[in-house]
This record gives sequence, C-alpha cells and structure tokens, in this order.
Amino acid sequence: MIRVAAPLLFATLGEMFSERGGVLNLGIEGIMLLGAMVGFSAAYFSGNLWIGIFTAALTGITFGALMGLLTVTLGLSQHVSGLSITMVCSGLAFYGYRLVFGQPSQPPNVEPFEALSVPLLSDIPFFGPVLFDHFALVYIGFLLVPLAAFLLYRTPWGLNLRTVGENPQAAASAGVRVAWVRYQALMISGALFGIGGAYFSLAQFNAFTFGVISGRGWVCIALVVLGRWDPWRCAVAALLFGAVDALQLRLQSSGVIDLPYQIFLMLPFLVTVVAMAVLARNARAPAALLIPYRREER
Amino acid sequence: MRLVLEPRAHTPTWLNISLPVLALLATLVLCSGLILLAGAGVIQAYTALFKGAFGSKFNFVETLVKAAPLIFTGLAVAVAFRAKFWNIGAEGQLLAGAMAAAFIGAREGLPIWSFIPLMIICGFIAGGLWAALPAVLKLRYRVDDVVATLMLNFVMFYLMLALVDGPWKDPLSGYPDSPDILMDAEYPILLHNTRLHLGVLLAGITAVLVWLLMTRTTLGFAIRAVGENARAAAHGGLPVARVVFVTAVLSGGLAGLAGVGEVAGLHFQVMASLSPGYGYTGIVIAMLARLNTLGVIPAAIFFAAIATGAETMSRTTGVPVFLADVIQGMSLICMLVALLFTTYRLRIRGSEKV
Repeated sequence: MIRVAAPLLFATLGEMFSERGGVLNLGIEGIMLLGAMVGFSAAYFSGNLWIGIFTAALTGITFGALMGLLTVTLGLSQHVSGLSITMVCSGLAFYGYRLVFGQPSQPPNVEPFEALSVPLLSDIPFFGPVLFDHFALVYIGFLLVPLAAFLLYRTPWGLNLRTVGENPQAAASAGVRVAWVRYQALMISGALFGIGGAYFSLAQFNAFTFGVISGRGWVCIALVVLGRWDPWRCAVAALLFGAVDALQLRLQSSGVIDLPYQIFLMLPFLVTVVAMAVLARNARAPAALLIPYRREER
Repeated sequence: MRLVLEPRAHTPTWLNISLPVLALLATLVLCSGLILLAGAGVIQAYTALFKGAFGSKFNFVETLVKAAPLIFTGLAVAVAFRAKFWNIGAEGQLLAGAMAAAFIGAREGLPIWSFIPLMIICGFIAGGLWAALPAVLKLRYRVDDVVATLMLNFVMFYLMLALVDGPWKDPLSGYPDSPDILMDAEYPILLHNTRLHLGVLLAGITAVLVWLLMTRTTLGFAIRAVGENARAAAHGGLPVARVVFVTAVLSGGLAGLAGVGEVAGLHFQVMASLSPGYGYTGIVIAMLARLNTLGVIPAAIFFAAIATGAETMSRTTGVPVFLADVIQGMSLICMLVALLFTTYRLRIRGSEKV
C-alpha cells in the first residue's frame, strides 16, 4: 500500500503546488510517462538509478517551464495546454524508446532499488516491515509531505504562492511577481511528475513499458481535489488510493470474490469518482485556478 | 524594455489565413529534428508521410475511414466545450456507443431494415447516458467535470474488457473480443473494393447537422449563451442546469456514434484495441477547429492523414510511427500560439513601471 502510494504522492504534491499557484497542470500524465522513459534510459546507460531519477526530474522541469510559457506568459487555456503537453510528452516517450531500444523481444530492464531497512525501527513487529523497509525513494516521498506543508504554510514563498493562486491582483500589488511564482510552481510540479514517473520504471516495474503510467497521472488530479489542496490531506488521499489499489491486487489473487479481474482494475477509478461525489461538495479550489493573469486586466 | 501582449482591435484577414499555415510549418520544422535523430532524411520522411496519406485511392480512403470517428469525437468535444462542459470523456462514451452497437448488431431475429437505425439510436443513447452521469455529478454534487469524465473513461474501458473477456467472449475465436455482428447490421460499403463505409458519409452529414443546430436553433443559441456567460444566461431566463445536461447528453451521444461507426463499418466487434485514443484526439481536433463544428472536418482529416501517413513513413524510412503523436501534439501547441496572435499582438515596451 505504501509502495503503491509513494509515486502517486510525488505527482499529487506536484499537482497541488501548481494548482495552489492557480494553474491546473494536465501535462501530468505525459510528463510522468516521459519521466519514466527518460529516467529509465538514463539509469540503463549510466548504471546509476539516481542519475535516472535526476534526469527525469530535469525533463519534468523543462516541460513544466513550457507549460508556464503557454499558460502564464501567453495566457492560453490551461486545459488544452496541459493536454497538448501530455500528447507531445507521450509521443516523445514512445518515439524515444523505439529510437533507443528498438523493438526488443525481451524489454530491457535495470537492477531495481534495493529496500533500505531502517535499523532497529524495522525490527518492530508489524509496523517495522510496513513502515521502515522500503526503497529510499519511498522515504523521500513521505518526507516530502511535511516539507511541502512547511514550504506552503510557513515560508514567505508559500504565502506568495497561495496569494497568487487566490488573488493574483492583490499579490501583484503587494509586489509579488505573479508570473515568476507560477513558473516556479509549474517547474516544481514538473520535477515531481518526472520523479513519480521514473519511480514506476525504476523502482516498481524495473522496465519501461508503454502502459507504465496508464491513467495514474489523471488519478493524481482527483487526489488533489480529494486532498483539498493540502499536503497532509493529499498524502492521506494518496494512501487511501494506494490501499484500494493494494486491496484490489490482494482480492484478485486471493480469489475469495469471484469477479473478473478487470472489475478490480476499475475499482480505483470508480472509488475516486464516488469519493469525489461525497466529498467534493465541500472542496474549494484556489480562486484563481484556470484564470490566466495579465497585468493589463486590472 | 520588455515584450507585452496587447489585444488587437481587429484581425486582418491575411493573419487569419497565414497564421494557421505558419503554425503547421513550424510544427513540421520542429519535428524534423526528431526525424534527423532517427537517421532519416527530413524531406524523404515527410514525402513518404504525405504519399501514405493521399498518394493513392486506397491510401486516401484509409485516411477518410480514420477521419470518421475523429469527426464524431471532435464534434462531441466542440459541442460540450461551447457550453463550458469540459467533457474529456469522449473516449468512454465512444466505447459505450460501440458496445451498444455490438449488442444490437449481434441480435438474431430483428427485421433486417431495423439493424442500422437501431444501432445508431442505441449507440447515441448509450454514449449520451455515459455523459449524463458526470453532468449530474457536476450539477448536483459539484464534482469537477474534467476529473469525472476522465475517470469514467477508465471505468468504461475496464467494463468493456470484463465483458469481452467474460460473457461476450467470442466462442469461435476464444480471443477476448465480442462475436461479430450479423452481416445485415454492417454499414454498406460506398466504394467498391475499399473500406469506405456508410459511417464516413454519416460523419460528414452529422457535422453539417450539428453546425445547423449550433448556429440556427434556440438550443444552439442557449448552449453558446451558457458557455459564454452562465450568470448572464440565467438572468436572461435560461435554465442553465438543463442546458448543460442536454449538451452533455448530445456530446456523449455524438461520441457514441463514433463507436457505432467503428463497430458497424470497420471492426464488426468490440475488443480492447477498438479505439486508439480517438476520444482524446477529439479534444485536440475540436480545439484546432476553434470549436467550430464545420472546422472539425478538415481538422479530423489532417489528423487522420498524419496517422495513416506515419505508418507508410515508418515502413519506408524506419522513423518510428510515434512521430505521428508528436506531430499531433506539437501542431496543437503551435496552433494555439498562432491563434493567440490573431487576437493579441506583440509589442515592445519601454521599462516604465506598470
């Protein structure tokens, strides 16, 4: 459950940052896919997984900046810009993979991350193995939650970001450079998408396949809404989703309930919709989400 | 000194024509770098792509056949976006329509003449219902429509997989696909010895009908009014929620018809690979057409041409076929930027404080 939740946590926190700044980043699915591909290739040829993660983050930053160019500088529709970035990134990921690896009969793979047990703590019965026996990336993912909360609520930068997302006019008159803050938020989100994507190809599957992300990026958009744009709640939402995902795997293999396995695959998406119907009524998105900001329009 | 965007008072005609062309050229130039990376000649690759799309009667028909579902999904998205109902769910609605068509088409004992009309009607209803669900969720429970429609795509996809791998599994082939529909339920072929089927013609006719609906009827007016300013529309006495609901059903129904065409005209069954993302491509097509329902036709043919042409290009020059995806996404970005300059102009301004 924690292993399933970790990559979603990266991407969900990334999306949270960009939406807090007022930009819905639908590039998430494509950037994750490209991150998975680039990260995998980099790790495959360098033999170092961390180089893979780093390259994936850089790729994400690049496309986060492109998203900024389209939606912040040019003020284009956030929906369409995001979707077009997803299209370009998925295309690039497939194209690049075919170019680098051709059409191998056996997909190439990398040595995955080794589980890093925390001494002493991992010996605690039950909780030890559940909480303290994971890849290093998992710990980083969970350390990111308090870090994100600190950045968002306790630093001047976080205050600026939140103001930019709620009331860019007020932020601008207080001397905040709205566009630059949004660019920063988008680049952070891109980096986190890239890492989240690379997690799948480097830590989970140890290989890049065309279905490596298959909709998980979109799920993160919903998780942000469920988590009400708050790092802690987002983490809970990601964990819950991970739990449902782990549960469906368990139910599938146990054979206790005799249903086609596709029904279980559907479950996370269905649960997300139902959860949103129950919870979304109270959700309040950042006020300036989806609205481009132009100085002249004051 | 810095660059600023200024709204234009009016758009010169030459800009309206030249900017989209320029966007297209920019796309091809940007993507030529990828072709060079693949070690092929740029001119050869693009020539092969063009020939593959339009070079012979056979290729041109294939392009049109591929354009048909894209016209339907493009229309679906254009209608929904006009009312600001962000329907990202054309993919799932297409599958719903396809499944309805496959169900009707395989029924024995129906009068022969009734198959095609029934498949069309039921496909429309199935797609419409699958879009009605997120519309209700949006209107009653304030669930974000982007997220809801997106999630429901996956629900429908896995539902279809469960069906074709279970109760609908073809007993003859044993593969996870549904049994073929009856011969009488197939769309007639319009051009001898090709795959040009009735659905292609229907797509064109539907585009004109939807254009008439959007520009010449009160419903079309209501849809546009709600999209432009929902609050003003409500003040003017329009039942906004009902308009959004009807728009969603119409949009989903159109996407459903894309599925009907794929089943009745091309595959004669449903299986996992039925739609290579036609629903998502429909979004791009609708945007390229600037939500103009007639503009959907050339945009869909352009995308279909790239998809069919890329296969030929891949065979003859070895450039991976996925170049098509990059070109499609890139063309959208370039077109968005180009269209921006039809309404804004770039000005260099001194560094005075604003």
